[in-house]
Amino acid sequence: MSELIHHTAAELATALADGSASSVEITQAHLDRIAAVDTDVHAFLHVNAEVSLAAAAASDKRRAAGAALNALDGIPVAIKDVLVTTDMPSTAGSKILEGWVSPYDATPVTKLREAGLVPLGKTNMDEFAMGSSTEHSAYGPTRNPWDLDRIPGGSGGGSAAAVAAFEAPLALGSDTGGSIRQPAHVTGTVGIKPTYGGVSRYGAIALASSLDQIGPVTRNVLDAAMLHDIIAGHDRHDSTSLKHEWPSMAEAVRNANVKGLRIGVVSQLDGEGFQPGVLARFHEAIALLEANGAEIVELSLPSLEHAVAAYYLILPAEASSNLAKFDSVRFGLRVTPEGGGTVEQVMSATREAGFGAEVKRRIILGTYALSAGYYDAYYGSAQKVRTLVQRDFAAGFEKVDVIASPTAPTTAWKLGEQLDDPLEMWRGDLATIPANLAGIPGISLPAGLADEDGLPVGIQFLAPAREDARLYNVGGALEQLLVDKWGHTLLSQAPALKVGAR
Amino acid sequence: MSDISEESVRHLAGLARIALTDAEVTALTAELSQIVDVVAQVTSAVDADTPATSHPIPLSNVYREDVVTDDVLTPEQALASAPEHDGSRFKVSAILGEEQ
Repeated sequence: MSELIHHTAAELATALADGSASSVEITQAHLDRIAAVDTDVHAFLHVNAEVSLAAAAASDKRRAAGAALNALDGIPVAIKDVLVTTDMPSTAGSKILEGWVSPYDATPVTKLREAGLVPLGKTNMDEFAMGSSTEHSAYGPTRNPWDLDRIPGGSGGGSAAAVAAFEAPLALGSDTGGSIRQPAHVTGTVGIKPTYGGVSRYGAIALASSLDQIGPVTRNVLDAAMLHDIIAGHDRHDSTSLKHEWPSMAEAVRNANVKGLRIGVVSQLDGEGFQPGVLARFHEAIALLEANGAEIVELSLPSLEHAVAAYYLILPAEASSNLAKFDSVRFGLRVTPEGGGTVEQVMSATREAGFGAEVKRRIILGTYALSAGYYDAYYGSAQKVRTLVQRDFAAGFEKVDVIASPTAPTTAWKLGEQLDDPLEMWRGDLATIPANLAGIPGISLPAGLADEDGLPVGIQFLAPAREDARLYNVGGALEQLLVDKWGHTLLSQAPALKVGAR
Repeated sequence: MSDISEESVRHLAGLARIALTDAEVTALTAELSQIVDVVAQVTSAVDADTPATSHPIPLSNVYREDVVTDDVLTPEQALASAPEHDGSRFKVSAILGEEQ
């Protein structure tokens, strides 16, 4: 039974199709795994075995009747707590939403249910997705399955750790500046930020509406593609949702071929500031692609120098506005000051008690950036930098099909190490942020282990807007080349977790 | 150097409706000064001729039919998570203070 957890979602789909496993068996195996290791990993904020097993039993019944809804019908999936769900609480990692249950499902969750997938639980995250380590979760950090003393990345450290620890074959994440890709990088897993508008944001508790995007978190590229094919598509509930006929991402992986593919390597995301082991694995991966027929082109994207600064004006500005809805009136926490108070005093006491330090920091910064006298200089200039970043990418994509870089400058750091230095943690997002500013898709997949610490390293590819399939092509091809070279998957090298301790 | 003082942080916290403690005001004043010094680089990175981008993939005229669909919340659903309500409305404490 426990072997079931080590299969990919695609393999589990085959097992379901040929009758060698049932959804109830697969779901129970993952629930058992969660019970065995999640006290240590803390990937999940909420699990309800009864609800998951009922969905699994319904899937088995459909399949027995010859009415499976999708190849992945019956496969369990973990859901980042930023996506609202009607049968599980949704907190976005914040005390201000503790215990809150949404009256509606987020569209990506609806699509999973309509395809028959089995929601396993809600995964931990930095509060309102603000952070790169999950240490800003109000419910305590998630730990990296490769080393429990290290961060699993953020904000979606819970989803990445859940798939890395074999607690779920699939998960959903959200990526505003790297929250899907950076956790994939530090946990040896795969994460995709689709084109902005490719996946509905309806029911995703908004951080920065012009940057947020929902995407797949998995252990391999094909699984991500199959999940992507389910969640993508237009949604009338999201006015930024694209009306685009998406090709099958799974087909792109199955037909992966890099012969003649032009890959740009960004000079600004190479060399100084990057850990040697991160660069070594990156350059090896690029050489491997070149040896297999890809053409490598050096690219300069000068505006990236200002991207992090622009991001940390745009994001707090949008967040300060989005988080105004947590006002103690319609849902969530209400704290009344001693002796009562006006509604404004109640709101202020509630938000003081309900928000953590990083959320307050960013709301105050955003309020500053938007205030009279500063708006043009800060928020206005940041939006202009955004134009420069888009122009740089547009010029780059005239010369190449995809752009490659290390996903992040370092491997996983120790819990607590960067907590006192927000600017240092923010700088770690320099390779992932530009894609969000430009609205283009990005993937991170494992490139190997860093020599100096034996920890996972990811490689990132970016493609023009609406060309997500290119990421699955190059990602699928590189994954296969690396697995052939190593003779195993990267995750099979992760140390075994202590099982059943409690 | 930025012009962030404890007084300006208190003002911003008031606008943002967060009742910061004195210790938080002191800490945030130092942090925000540092952060603003770094992010202020955007002002020298662009010129007046550069257009602003507010949205990565701009769409225009996103309309829907002006009809009520079956996926709007019922009043009961809308009120279900409210800290306090009277069955048809959200209840809050006094809007105005005594001095207003």
